[in-house]
This record gives sequence, structure tokens and C-alpha cells, in this order.
Amino acid sequence: MKKVYVNEDWCLACHLCEFYCAAANSGKSLINAFKYSDKKPVPRIRVEEGSEVNFAVQCRHCDAKPCVKGCIAGALSVVDGVVVCDENKCVGCYTCVLSCPYGCVVIDEEGHRIQKCDLCTKNHNGEPACVQGCPNKAIVFEER
Amino acid sequence: MLQREGETRIPAGCAISGFINRSGRRTNGSVIVNSIACMHERSNGLGGGFAGYGIYPEYRDQYAFHVFYDSSESRVKTEAFLDRHFDVVNLSRIPIRKNPRITDEPLIWRYFVNPLPTKLQDSQLDERTFVARCVININDKIDGAYVFSSGKNMGVFKAVGYPEDVGDFYRLEEYSGWAWTVHGRYPTNTPGWWGGAHPFSLLDYTIVHNGEISSYDANRRFIEMFGYKCNLLTDTEVITYIVDYLHRRLGMPLEDVAKVIASPFWSEIESGKFSPEETEKIRHFRNVYSSLLITGPFSIILGYNYGLMALNDRLKLRSMVAAEKGDTIYISSEECSIRTMCPDVDKIWSPRGGEPIIAELDKNCAERVGK
Amino acid sequence: MAVNFNNALFEIVRNPDRCIKCRVCERQCANEVHKYDPEQDKMVANELNCVDCQRCVCLCPTNALKIRPNENQFRMNGNWNMQLMDEVYKQAGSGGVLLSAMGNPQNYPVYWDKILLNASQVTNPPIDPLREPMETKTFLGKKSQKITYDKDGKAHYEKTPYLELDLPIMFSAMSFGSISKNAHESLARAATALGTYYNTGEGGLHRDFYKYGKNTIVQVASGRFGVFKGYLDAGAAVEIKMGQGAKPGIGGHLPGMKVNEEISRTRMIPMGADAISPAPHHDIYSIEDLRQLVNSLKEATNGEKPIIVKIAAVHNVAAIASGIARSGADIIAIDGFRGGTGAAPTRIRDNVGIPIELALASVDSRLRDEGIRNDVSIVAAGSMRSAADVVKAIALGADAVYIATAALLAMGCHLCRSCNTGKCNWGIATQRADLVKRLNPNVAYERLVNLVTAWDHEIKEIMGGMGINSIESLRGNRLMLRGIGLTQKELDILGIMHAGE
Repeated sequence: MKKVYVNEDWCLACHLCEFYCAAANSGKSLINAFKYSDKKPVPRIRVEEGSEVNFAVQCRHCDAKPCVKGCIAGALSVVDGVVVCDENKCVGCYTCVLSCPYGCVVIDEEGHRIQKCDLCTKNHNGEPACVQGCPNKAIVFEER
Repeated sequence: MLQREGETRIPAGCAISGFINRSGRRTNGSVIVNSIACMHERSNGLGGGFAGYGIYPEYRDQYAFHVFYDSSESRVKTEAFLDRHFDVVNLSRIPIRKNPRITDEPLIWRYFVNPLPTKLQDSQLDERTFVARCVININDKIDGAYVFSSGKNMGVFKAVGYPEDVGDFYRLEEYSGWAWTVHGRYPTNTPGWWGGAHPFSLLDYTIVHNGEISSYDANRRFIEMFGYKCNLLTDTEVITYIVDYLHRRLGMPLEDVAKVIASPFWSEIESGKFSPEETEKIRHFRNVYSSLLITGPFSIILGYNYGLMALNDRLKLRSMVAAEKGDTIYISSEECSIRTMCPDVDKIWSPRGGEPIIAELDKNCAERVGK
Repeated sequence: MAVNFNNALFEIVRNPDRCIKCRVCERQCANEVHKYDPEQDKMVANELNCVDCQRCVCLCPTNALKIRPNENQFRMNGNWNMQLMDEVYKQAGSGGVLLSAMGNPQNYPVYWDKILLNASQVTNPPIDPLREPMETKTFLGKKSQKITYDKDGKAHYEKTPYLELDLPIMFSAMSFGSISKNAHESLARAATALGTYYNTGEGGLHRDFYKYGKNTIVQVASGRFGVFKGYLDAGAAVEIKMGQGAKPGIGGHLPGMKVNEEISRTRMIPMGADAISPAPHHDIYSIEDLRQLVNSLKEATNGEKPIIVKIAAVHNVAAIASGIARSGADIIAIDGFRGGTGAAPTRIRDNVGIPIELALASVDSRLRDEGIRNDVSIVAAGSMRSAADVVKAIALGADAVYIATAALLAMGCHLCRSCNTGKCNWGIATQRADLVKRLNPNVAYERLVNLVTAWDHEIKEIMGGMGINSIESLRGNRLMLRGIGLTQKELDILGIMHAGE
């Protein structure tokens, strides 16, 4: 299946992916999401910066899926290989946050629920927003 | 003021026609006159001309110069030049018949000449190059003089007017040749100069051409590196020089000349239709003789001292029809003109763009000179 | 506190209604112009450092930025413009020669813009490139006319080394050092995909790029950096660089700080050492010396590779070209005064040399007058800005053109002309690892291929309009050109008529 991959050779740590991700999942434009919202949206991708190597990290939709296994509310499930969260079922226990080895499950801007990358399958973005917005094609959406 | 040929470039559309009898059987000029008369609409009365091969059997070893003079002054200068470089065997005015539609004729003279052996030797040139240089010299340097025919046992006859009137004017029914070509001109300007009519010739090469080539200046600027002077700024002139350069000076067979001036497209070359050796040769031609490629519409008939070659541009942007009857080959812009010359041909076809038709005197024909 | 005599050249306009403080401008500016100020909770700018490279503008996700000329102006003066005054202040402060980069930006005439093209009407049909073959394949090299036929009619001819281009555009010399490894890789891969050539410039050939050798022209310049047998063998042709349009008569200087391990190994010089190319080749003080170098390189490459001699367009360029044509070189590259550079003294760049249009026209005419145009091909360089410029260059007499500035633009360059600072925000003219990685060759090579392919389409479209279906019929076809608003002298030099004639 197609997933988001990051090539650290080309990641510039410009952090644009974070902004595009957050805005896309908030359903608002960048300006409205960050200037005219009560709380700034939280991105589901995060750039890890090093002295030479930078790397954007988001859910790998990994085979082990400790988050799904550990979910006490049945909010996390796998749909066509994509780990998705049903926000209506999430009770905010954060078991998944603790169990994700990549640190890719994050707490939303309200602080009551979790959110995570669903490859932009639940918004109207089409191709994942981080991929579209990457200025150096460091983030790609492809079959491997 | 209108400028004459050579002062400005004048595009022209036209009609052409020609035939050759491969056995060397001679036909009088009235046949070719009739063939062009039926394509009257393709000319506009601003130029017509003929080339006949085998018409001077009694002077077959002399170069026959046909010359236009604007004044007797230019004639005196030219004759002085001729006397310095040639042994003039015979000279006369070319006989004409007055025609109400042919006016303002210049003085028209004919000379049969041999190069002076001492001059020829001093020049360190071969005989034909020597003669060609002298012709180019007269046309370039002597004001009011224009040599419009300079081959052996052949002649060009041309004027401003419709070609059928030009034929009448020059009394072509009195000449017989084994090959004839003719040209009716439709220039887009009114130069009114006789030298600008076609065929254009150098030595025994004559060209009648219908079209307007878009590669003109690329061709001209290249060929002028080799001692040619394109004074008339016409397509026909530059094509003649290209043929002279490739065929006479480089010794290229006409099949290869056609591959240079109307070369196959790269898609054809790379399609594998030619043998590896032939492919290599064509690639070489397209590399080193690339500036002699002629693009834009043309259909030409080249006459030379033992044959005719007809050739269309590689996209065939001008009409040209060929036919065969026994040992005679006919070529024309239109089928009607071929039917005028020979109503019951054995075969008639439309040659493909870039594919030459080469018809030559039989190898054992007595008329055949040179190769 | 020190007095700042210089005016900031640019003003940064940030729209507060759009700025979301994402700080991408701050992270992407190697000149450290933008900064987030936590006390004010907003982005601030140090405009004195701005070079107007447009990186921040292009990456700003909300289009909140504009860079425009500083509204603050020195008092208007018809003689002393702001730039001149600014330069005086700089020199009064530094005592040094002013450096600049890229091509001459001054307001000299651009002849390309004063030449119009022809098209067919009525007497001669235009050709539709979508329906008919339209050919732009080009050969570069000596064109020996000799041919003989044996008695079986088989042709025998002399084969001389040549370059075969699928289209008449090549990438001009830019050294590894002046531009980044990623930029080189992009050019090499694009040349390969396009069936044309790129040029190593004088900085040698990186070991990773030997695999693109058959689409590579290797350059031998006065510093001889990275030149050895393997290098000469790797390329399809060897170019001797005698001069460069941006700085005729001047050598080169790659500062030691740019000579990192990769460059040191490629140029075969110690790490951190300045790479200085002398102004002349010290073994070429005259035309007969050039002939020896041409012959040496031919010998070193077994006579199999064409030798290019590249010169800057200077006043007597026609005579120089004629000398080069007789020196055994196969191709002459002429670089006009608008040609780019990674660094040149400002006074040289802005005042030395002549336009490529005039140089090309006079060289082509001269070689034809002397009957030696066949001995060499001509490659024109020094600001080919569009397919129309390429068509005009070929009609004036060029066999092909070199592009470099246009290629850099395709990769992202915005002509801020600060290559010499080594802080190229687009990852092109820099060796700083964090900046170099901004140029992803997978993206850049595709953009180069797109650009040249687009130009090729346009060339074919223009040729079709003229009724020409093969590029060779355009070459030197000056009847297809007319001048507009030119003097008789200019028309004579260009060998063209005025519009309406």
C-alpha cells in the first residue's frame, strides 16, 4: 500500500509539513487555522532536527500496531492498512501515546483526545498535505 | 522604384515541364512549347524560358555562350574579355521572330568558344572550372552583360513574357534536341528583367524550378564560400550552384546529390530502411553537407549534358508528375502538359517527395558525352 | 556606534494579516535576515542583509512576504546613481575590489530584442510541427567536404570527430566549486535525458559523474584543475577555456573556504587551499601555442574527440576566431558579455566585452568570407534567454547554443547575483551542506529537462512558421531576420535588413 516516506537527504527542517498537516486536518486555510482559531491546531507530523540530518516523522502504519492493540475504547482500528482513530470513541486515556515507539500519536489542541496521521484519508486534501507541501520532495507518498 | 533581380529577392511560383529521349532521338522545340502553353494559368507573363540539349551538333565541342547586353558598350567590353580568355570560333546574333507580346528585348548574342590553352594553363584550373569562373566573372563584373547559357551542345532561351511567346520569339521550332525543359514564371513582383527569367544555367547545368525555398539564405551563404556569387538572389540560381558544387566539383553521383539536397528524414534514417553502410553515409551527409539541405517547397528539373533529374522537396509541397513512353521520360507540373506531348503514355505516376527521377542517355548513345 | 553609509537595497514587506509566524523564512534565510522576536511575538527583519533571492517569498506558505526596492533613496542625481554611490561607500570602507556574480546587468542594448523573425505567407506554406517531421538534430565539429567514389560507386570520405545533439542547446560550463554537487548532478542527468551535453567547467569531474561521460564536455582551463588522462577520456569532447564572457582577461578564484573534501579531491588540490586560475594559460601566449595545446589534447584523446576552444566576445573576436579555426580546433564557443559567472570583479563584468549577437554575426561572416566556416562549428553563449533568442542565434550563424543562466533559473535561481558569497539559499552556488541539500537533483533535473524540451517545441513551432523543417536550413539563414530600430551600422554588422525592407 502507498505510505508516506521521508528521505532525510532532502529534508531541510523547514517545518512547512507541520503547518500544512495541521491546517489540512483542521479543515481551515493556513491563515485561518493559525491566526483566527481559539487554539492553534496540532500537526500530526513532526520534524526531528539534528545538526546535519533532519527527518519528518509521522505514523508508519506499522505492522505491530501497538496503539491499536492497546486502545481500551476501540477507537483505533485499521482500515485498508491505515491506522485511523474514531474521535467519538476516544476517551483520552493516552495508552496509545505511551505505546507508540515512534511518538507519532499526539494529543489534540483541546487536550482531551488523541489524533494521528491517517494519510489525509479523512480530510479533503487528496494526496497527504505534508507530501504536497514539501518544497524539496523529501516527503513522498508511494508504494514500496 | 522597382528593383530588378539581384537587387531584391523575389519569390515566384511557376510551371515546369521537360522530357528526354534516352536513345538520343532529337525532337524540335515546338513540342515543349505546346506542353507549357497548356499550363498558361501557372505563369503570369513575367518570365519564361527553355533549355535544349543536343541542339548544336555542329559545334558540339565548343562552349556555347548566350549573352544579353543592355548596350553595345557592354558588348564591346564583354567581347574584349572573351578575346582575352577564349578562342571565339563563331559569333552571331541569336535569330528571333518579332512577337507583339515580347518587348524591350536586349541585344542577344551567341558565341561558340574554346578556352585559350595558355590562359587555361596559367589559371591552374580544370577546363570546366575555368569556363565557370569566366562566366561568373562577366556576370559579376561587367555592367549590362549577362551570360545566360554556357554549356556545350546545349542552349538556354529565355525572356520576359509567357513561355509560349518566348518559344515563338526564339523560333524554337528550328532547333532539335534530345532533351528539353521549360519554365513559366509567376513571380510575386515585377522585375521585368530578362536575365531573371528561368532556366538558370551554369555550364551545361540548367535548372527549372517551381517553388520558394525557405532555406535560401542558409544555402546561399554556404555556397558562396566556394567561389560562387549569387547575384540574382533567386532559388534557381542557388540550386544550380549547389548541384554544380556537389556533382561537378565534388564528383558526387546525382543519387547522392538528391540525398544531400532533399535528405531523408531522421525518422526514415533511423527506421532501418537503409543498409548500415548507406545509413552511415546519409548520416555523414546530414552532418557535413547540412547547409546544402533545401527545405520549403520545390520541384525542379535539372538538365545536364547526358540527362535530366527531377526532384521534389521531401514533403512534396509542389506538384510534379512523371510519365514514360518507350524510351522517353516526361516530367511536368501537371499531367495535362504531359498528355499534350504524348497522349498515350505507357506509365504515369507522381514521384514521392525527395525521391529523384534520373533519366540519362543510354551508355552507348552517340550523343552521350563525358561519363 | 558605527555609521552605516550604505543604503539597504531592499525593503521587506510582511503582511501581518497573513503571517502565521511559521518561521520558514527565518529557517531558510542563510543571510539571517528574518528573525522571530518572542518579546514582540512577531517576525522581524534585518533588511541590510537581504540580497533579494526570493527564497523566503517562494516558501512562505501564506504569501505574506514581498521584497521590493528600498523606498529610501539618496538624493536623485542623473550622474551619480544610488548604485555607484553605494559602491563608493563600500570601497571606502573596505579598500578592496568589488565583486559581483552572474551576467552583466547594466542597461546596454539587447540586440535579441531588436531582431524580428519571419514567417511564411501564401507563396510558401508554413509547416505544422504536429503533422510533419520537424528536425532539430545538430552535429558539431569540422565538416570535411572531401569525398571520392571508387569504380563500384562506393563513397569514401573522411570522418572527423563530432558531437551529436538531439537539439541545438547545451549546458554551458559551470565548475563543481562554483556550483554544488547536486547542481552538477542535475545538469548531467538532464543532458543525458535530453541527448545533449553539459560542461564540467574548470573544476574537474566528480568521481560519481563519470557515468554521464558520453554527455559530458570536460573543460581544460588555465588552472588545469582536475585534469588527467582519465578525465580527458571520460568526456565526449574537450573544451579549452581561454576566456569567459563575464570576465574577459580575468582568471578565477575559488576561495579556500569552499574547498572541502569533495572539491579538493575533484580539483586535485589540498583542502582549504585557494584555487586560483591564472588570467592566461601560461603555456599559451599566442595563437601558435594554442595550436600546440589543441594538438596535445587531440593526441591525448587519440584524435577521437572534438576540441572546443571557448573565448570571450571581445572587440577583435572575428580575427581571433579565424585564428582558432586555423588552429585545428573543431568547435569555437563564443561567450558574450552577458554571460554569467560565480564571481567576477564588478568593473570587469560591467564594462568589458561585447554583445554575443554582434560577436556571433561578425565571426560567422568572417569565417565565411575566409571560406573556413566548415572547419569549425560555432557555439554561441552569453545570455540565451528564450527559444526565440536561440532561433535568432542560429539564424545569425550559430550551430548550437550554450545556456547556463536559464538552466540555473530552472533549478530555482532568482538572479540575486550573490553567488560569490557562497550562501546561495537555493542550494546552487554554495558548498554549505545544509544549503546544498536544498537542491534535490530528482526535482531539478526534471525541471531542466522540461525547460529545454519546451524550448525545443518552441523552436520547432517557429521553424514551422518559416516553412523550415530542419534546423540546418535555419543556420545562417539571415533572411529570416529583420532589425527593428537599429542603425545601418548595426544592421551591417548583424548582416540583416531592417524591418520593412
